[in-house]
Amino acid sequence: MAEEKWLYEISSKKKLLSLNFNEIWRYRDLLLLFVKRDITTVYKQTILGPLWYFIQPLFTSVIFTLVFNNLGSISTGLIPPFLFNLTGITAWNYFKECLTGTSNTFAKNQGIFGKVYFPRVIMPMSVTISNLVKFGIQLLILVSFYVYYISTGAMITPNGYIALFPVYIIMMALLGLGVGMLVSSLTTKYRDLQVLINFAVQLLMYLSAVPYPLSEAKAKFPYFVAIFVQYNPVTQIVEGFRYMVLDSGTFTWTGFIYTLVVCVFLFLVGLVVFNRTEKNFIDTV
Amino acid sequence: MAKVILKAESISKQYRLGLVGTGTVKHDFNRFIARILGKEDPYLKVGAENDRSAKATENYVWALRDINFEVKEGEVLGIIGKNGAGKSTLLKILSRVTSPTTGVIKTKGRIASLLEVGTGFHPELTGRENIYLNGAILGMTKTEIQRKEEEIIDFSGCTMYIDTPVKRYSSGMRVRLAFAVAAHLEPDILVVDEVLAVGDAEFQKKAIGKMQDISKGEGRTVLFVSHDMTAIKSLCTRVVVLQNGKTFFEGETDEAIDKYLEKYKTSSGLINFKGGKNVFKLKFSRFEVLNKNKEISSSFQSGEKITFKTTIKVNHKIRNPIFSLRLSDSNNTSIICWRSNDFIEQPLPKGLEDDLIIYISTNKLFLLDTIYKVSISFLDGKELLDYKRDFISFEILPGKPNERFHPITKRKTYNSIVFAEAKWQVEQ
Repeated sequence: MAEEKWLYEISSKKKLLSLNFNEIWRYRDLLLLFVKRDITTVYKQTILGPLWYFIQPLFTSVIFTLVFNNLGSISTGLIPPFLFNLTGITAWNYFKECLTGTSNTFAKNQGIFGKVYFPRVIMPMSVTISNLVKFGIQLLILVSFYVYYISTGAMITPNGYIALFPVYIIMMALLGLGVGMLVSSLTTKYRDLQVLINFAVQLLMYLSAVPYPLSEAKAKFPYFVAIFVQYNPVTQIVEGFRYMVLDSGTFTWTGFIYTLVVCVFLFLVGLVVFNRTEKNFIDTV
Repeated sequence: MAKVILKAESISKQYRLGLVGTGTVKHDFNRFIARILGKEDPYLKVGAENDRSAKATENYVWALRDINFEVKEGEVLGIIGKNGAGKSTLLKILSRVTSPTTGVIKTKGRIASLLEVGTGFHPELTGRENIYLNGAILGMTKTEIQRKEEEIIDFSGCTMYIDTPVKRYSSGMRVRLAFAVAAHLEPDILVVDEVLAVGDAEFQKKAIGKMQDISKGEGRTVLFVSHDMTAIKSLCTRVVVLQNGKTFFEGETDEAIDKYLEKYKTSSGLINFKGGKNVFKLKFSRFEVLNKNKEISSSFQSGEKITFKTTIKVNHKIRNPIFSLRLSDSNNTSIICWRSNDFIEQPLPKGLEDDLIIYISTNKLFLLDTIYKVSISFLDGKELLDYKRDFISFEILPGKPNERFHPITKRKTYNSIVFAEAKWQVEQ
């Protein structure tokens, strides 16, 4: 008898990276529908609706400016402190939203994951994409304040590195997605991480040069903390983002390449672990 | 002959009993070591049989063990079994929600599942939006759904509410909508689990009809799990009976259902005997098991009063009537037998001529928790007139006879058949 042709097999064997791109492509409509669902349902039955996208970064920037620049007198050079903070927060928020949004993928969707099969990676991918829309809206605020400050005579211009902007977005997405997938896979069995993640993210923000320039950290932090801040890929992203938008701070190609490598690496690790988990997570979650 | 479209080869699934907690890290570590050393997973060798009511002796249980079957194209395969027999686990594996511990399922077609439908619905979205979302979750593309949108809405019968958020729907409407979406899928293999339980009679009929269309008209394969034997009977061409995670029977629908019912005749506590050819002198016409409130029941607390009501049609004079009722357990061990001729003054009148109803009520009978089968017989002297063996069963739930005793938890731990009160006296 001739060897029979099977479309696919269901077994317990695991390949290291069994990401099936054809399959993801076939489910592309689902991806788009999830994105649409995420965006349209978040603020249903709220009065302010999408205005919440604006309020959050604005208020955080105001508070940061009050606390760090007025009270803590951190110098932001020629850049208006509010704009400095808004820029940092816009970049940080996208990373944060990707991370926290994907870090509970399995736990949050166990109802639907327990019933039907579709490539699980669609879920975190949709989160990353719908956050991109949110990021876009917040970018609009940034741009409007940017224009406002220029009109009041502030000395700010973006520099030529702005061409790297898309790369930075991809790096943020990869990093958030990678770490998020890693965390979500581990939380299926060990719930400890779920408790940890929220406050860890909060703490990470303070060690990622969001409300202060990297140079300040290098000058004032104890040595090992400064090292951590410097080699933290999120710092590199935030700092780079501010550099190209506000032309303040530092940028090195080594730092850029380093960050890119770390982001891609963490993304791949996250993807591999995620793929291994998705097969059986419903038994342990 | 139709070709095989799906093949399950020795599918097994192991689960951990109890809590996933402190032992987990240790077990994970042991597994990891075994893998590095190139050995087999040490926990695959252990594992108890999946018997819900047995006492747990090991940490692991085989929810499924060595399941083999083949499904041919266009076939409707029914899967039946008691609660916890492994049906849902099997479907989960088939729909790729989880993977088997060992074994492999090979398929030539796309499988779409319809497990407890409606979970993919987002309450804030409207019915129409949910059709798209749900369809996409089940693997349809947007154009496919667009093409069938009107048909789906029509089939669901929710046209009026289609632009209302699903959170305002009744549960029946949700099921209708979800089933409508899934029924218009075009997978090669459709997996259906107990969806027809909800929905009203009209919709159930519609759903069964649709499934028949899918299999017969469109030649697609359906795997169907249900407790509803009529649905199984009207749909399936072949049936697999699962018991304790193993295949108990596989074959023709009628034969499989008979085997299954024979095995688990936990009935409603009421039987109407039909027909019967040799009705000469007498025939049993109806049997009921009643609780203390005179309601028909099939489960009782230990020690609760149980009344067995037998309705008998008498056609001819019976000179020396003897009625007896026997209870036996699933091992066919006879537990108790009551006979009318036990009494010196017999309850049944000699020379009986009229139809009669016999009530036998238990008094302080502390059966332990398990399923009991009932047999009845009627004699005229030594001549057997009618006899029904193990035709009905009832369940005794774990309980305690009264406040003075600890609960009798499990028949297995008690390791005996009945409990009885006794007078204790201790002298020192």
